[in-house]
Parts: sequence; C-alpha cells; structure tokens
Amino acid sequence: MSKFIKEKLFPILTVSVSIILLWYAFSIVLNSKWAYDKAVRADKVLSFKELVLDTWSQKKPKLPTPHQVFKEMNKTIFHKKVTSKRSLVFHAWITLSGTLAGFALGTGLGIALALAIVHNRATDLSVMPWVITSQTIPILALAPMLIVALGGLGFTGLLPKAIISMYLSFFPVVVGMVKGLRSPEILELDQMKTWNASALQILLRLRLPKSIPFLFTSLKLGIAASVVGTIVGELPVGANGGLGSRMLAGSTFGQPIQIWSALFTAAIMTALLILIINLMKAVVFRTMSITEA
Amino acid sequence: MSEPVISAKNVNLVFETADDTIEALKDVSLDVSKGDFVSLIGPSGCGKTTLLRAIAALEHPNDGHLTVNGMTPEEARKERAYGYVFQAAGLYPWRNISKNISLPLEIMGYNRSEISSRVKKVLELVELDGFEKKFPWQLSGGMQQRASIARALSFDADILLMDEPFGALDEIVRDHLNEQLLRLWKSTNKTICFVTHSIPEAVYLSTKIVVMSPRPGRIIDIIDSPLPNERPLEIRDSAEFLAVSQRVREGLRSGHSYE
Repeated sequence: MSKFIKEKLFPILTVSVSIILLWYAFSIVLNSKWAYDKAVRADKVLSFKELVLDTWSQKKPKLPTPHQVFKEMNKTIFHKKVTSKRSLVFHAWITLSGTLAGFALGTGLGIALALAIVHNRATDLSVMPWVITSQTIPILALAPMLIVALGGLGFTGLLPKAIISMYLSFFPVVVGMVKGLRSPEILELDQMKTWNASALQILLRLRLPKSIPFLFTSLKLGIAASVVGTIVGELPVGANGGLGSRMLAGSTFGQPIQIWSALFTAAIMTALLILIINLMKAVVFRTMSITEA
Repeated sequence: MSEPVISAKNVNLVFETADDTIEALKDVSLDVSKGDFVSLIGPSGCGKTTLLRAIAALEHPNDGHLTVNGMTPEEARKERAYGYVFQAAGLYPWRNISKNISLPLEIMGYNRSEISSRVKKVLELVELDGFEKKFPWQLSGGMQQRASIARALSFDADILLMDEPFGALDEIVRDHLNEQLLRLWKSTNKTICFVTHSIPEAVYLSTKIVVMSPRPGRIIDIIDSPLPNERPLEIRDSAEFLAVSQRVREGLRSGHSYE
C-alpha cells in the first residue's frame, strides 16, 4: 500500500497540483485584459486582490478556472435530467455510443488487415503503404466530406461518426497486431514445422496468443483515437448532440466554460475506457501467465 | 543389417550471405541404423546443427542424397517421423505442462482420451508426473528441458533429434539428465541423433560418435563406441572411456590444425 502511495499516488498528485497552480496563474494572465478594460470603463483602479478575484470569476473568460469548469460540470452532469439537451451525460452517451461502435469496427478491421498482411505477402506489399498513407490525411479536413458523402448515401446519425472513429482507431491495431502476429521466434516456428502444423494451427495456437500483449497496447491507443474521431465527426453536425457538438455550440455562442466542461468530460470518459481495458488486460495477463515487459 | 534409418551420401549445403558463401556441410556421408544413439560433436560452425536440421527438413541440402526412413526429409517431416528437441525448451508460458506436452498431439488430431493417456505416459518417462498442472515458470531449467523432451516423445516418432538439449544446464543437472536419457533410450528403443560440444557427454551417451570440423563443415571421424550398453556414471573413469575421449579429442584437434 505504501508502495502504491509512493510510486503512483504521490507522483500523480504532484503533477496534478502543479498543473492546477499553473492553470490559476494563466487564468489571471489571460483574463486580466478584460478585467482592466472593465475597470477603465468604470473609472476604477484595481488592487491586485480585486484583479485576481475578477479574473477567476468572469462569465466569459478566455481561460476559465478549474473551479468554474467543475461547477459547470457538476451542474450539467449531476443536476440536469440525463435526457435533457443541457445534460453532459446526454451528450457523453451519444459520444460514447459512437466511440464504442467506431472502436469495435476499427479493432475488427485492424485485426482483419493484420491477419491478411501477415499471411499474404501480396497484401503486405500492397496494403501496408495505404494503411500508413491513410493516417497522413488530416482527419479534420476529411471528416466533413465523409459526413456529407455518407449523408448523401442516406447514412446519418451514429454510423458516419463511427466510421470516422474507425478510421482513426484501426491504425494502431493494424500496426500492433502485425508486430504481435510476427512476434513468435524462429525456434517456435521451427518447432511448429517439425510437427507439420498448418498455417491455421500456427495462428490459433502460437501467433494469436503471442500477439495478446501487443493487442492490449493497441486497444488503449485505439480507444483514445476512437474518442477523438467521434468528437471530430460530431463537429460538422452540431444539431445531433454529442460532446463534439457541445464544444462547437460553446465556441459559436462564446461559452468557454461550456467548451472546457465538454473537453473534461471527454477526457474523463477516455480515462475510464482505458481503465476498463487495463482491467481486462490484467485479467487476461494473469490467466495467460504473461509478465509485463 | 536392415536399411539405415537415416542415410546421408555426399551431402553438401551452402549458406549464401550478402558478402560470403559458407560451406556449412561438405561431402557429408553418414548412416544411422535403427536404435543407434549418434552424437554429432564439434566446435561451433562445424555444421553439426545444420546436419541435424537437414535431417529434420528445416534446412535443405544443395546436393547429395539424404533419406530419413527411406523417404526424403521433407516427406519424413510431413509423416511426423521424428521428434525434435531444441536448445531452448520453447514451452508456451500460457499453457501448463500437460497442455504444453499435448500441443503436438492436438495439432496431429489425436482424440482427447488418447491425448491424456499419452501425456501421462511421457510425463512418467521423463519423471515429471505430478507436475501436469504447473506452469513452465514454476519449473527449473532442467525440468523444463525434460518437459520439452516429453513433448518430443509424445507422438511416438521412432527418431529423436536433439540439438544441444542440455547445453544451458549446469553439470550436475546435465549428468542426471544424461543418465535419464540413456534409460529412456533403452526403454523406448528409439534412434537418437544428439548434437553436443561436450566430449564426456558424447562418449557417455553414444553408440556412435561423429566428430566434425568447421570451414568447411565436414565429418572427420566416426567412432563406433566399444563401451557396453549398460553405462553407470562411473564408467566415465574407465580406461575404455578415456581412450574413446582421447580419440574424439584428437579428431577435434586435427580439424583445427590449420589454425
């Protein structure tokens, strides 16, 4: 337990406290102009204390303070009906469903491509360059076009977002799984050869178990990419809800506190998703006697 | 005398690397009869492992004639004519010992009851009964290597190919495993090809010792051991044993004379 405090809690808390302190400092710096402008118009001179208090409590600050964001989150998460369009739970759920759908599609596509790449040289040579190229296209530019194109085909709502999310999340899965499926050593493959094992038997009994540690690393990257992809997919179609549209609305109507609240909700959601994957990983690693490298 | 189990006639095998060609095997000829215990001994680079791998169809000779059970090595491999024990045990950490040993049996399509009876039998042969449910990391290096031998024995091939299986173990464990291996060989009547770079190990185990030399990899001497089949560890102090060791050592030295 003391090890947990020393090696986990303490370092994390140190960094968190530093960030919060810096954040408050920057709030003063960034919001001071507005505070001074107001003071000039009211023909007042601000003391330092008045300045600080003003910069930390503006309605439309350039940089809202942590307590303003958490007050807003508290209000929109815990004190609104979850079916209300003003509830962050409502928006988070929309984003979460897009994320999970995109993550499932991306993981499936990633594993399928990795299997094809590892087992077929032609696929390796022809598909892998495209996989890498796909990630060099800025998703922010591609997303609106995809939404419009898919909308033209009659696909609206969850699916277009899920596809953008898949587009980002399949990549770490392909790369990780190709590496994982190729991780058996020469000795292990020779061994299989001495038993005259088929490619399918080698896949099921050697390559797949060996790729499990790589898979979990990929899944963690993939789920984070999925959240980003879904939010990006929500930006062009603000009316449909989701944390992305909440951010867009906040930006359009000049509500920085709303943007930051949506941002933090997205971050917390991603952290929880990664935590779930980590728990799954711990269970799988234990049952497979895999030791963390 | 019946047909040899393994027969090599003028086998050549060349490895091409970017800036060099290496003659791994040059003009290698060797006959192994049923029930032989053959050791291949020599310094690194002499081709002893390459010869073993060629017999197993893991390498392919450039020319010459090589047969295993009267077939090409490739056909023999597909017939699962041999069990191969590698330098490292190569056990899967996610499978317990009994599951590791049943791996080749699953691949070869044995049914469940057949698998469990065979696993039980080979575990007794290598004296690992009682360790079925243990995982590889719970076993010592020597026990892991015994499990790997059990796995190679599980599908009951007539030939056992062993590539320095005890190379990484300390001498006390190695002595014990050598004794066990001899017992096992006698009780199963298998044909064993055994790669080693230890003279005492080769002389103690073998009915036939093949001395090899590097650059190019070739056979220098083939010694039919005069030692009796019954071999307690103490035999290593006998005059006969020392005479054979002497001849092996001289063979190895003559192979190095150009250095």
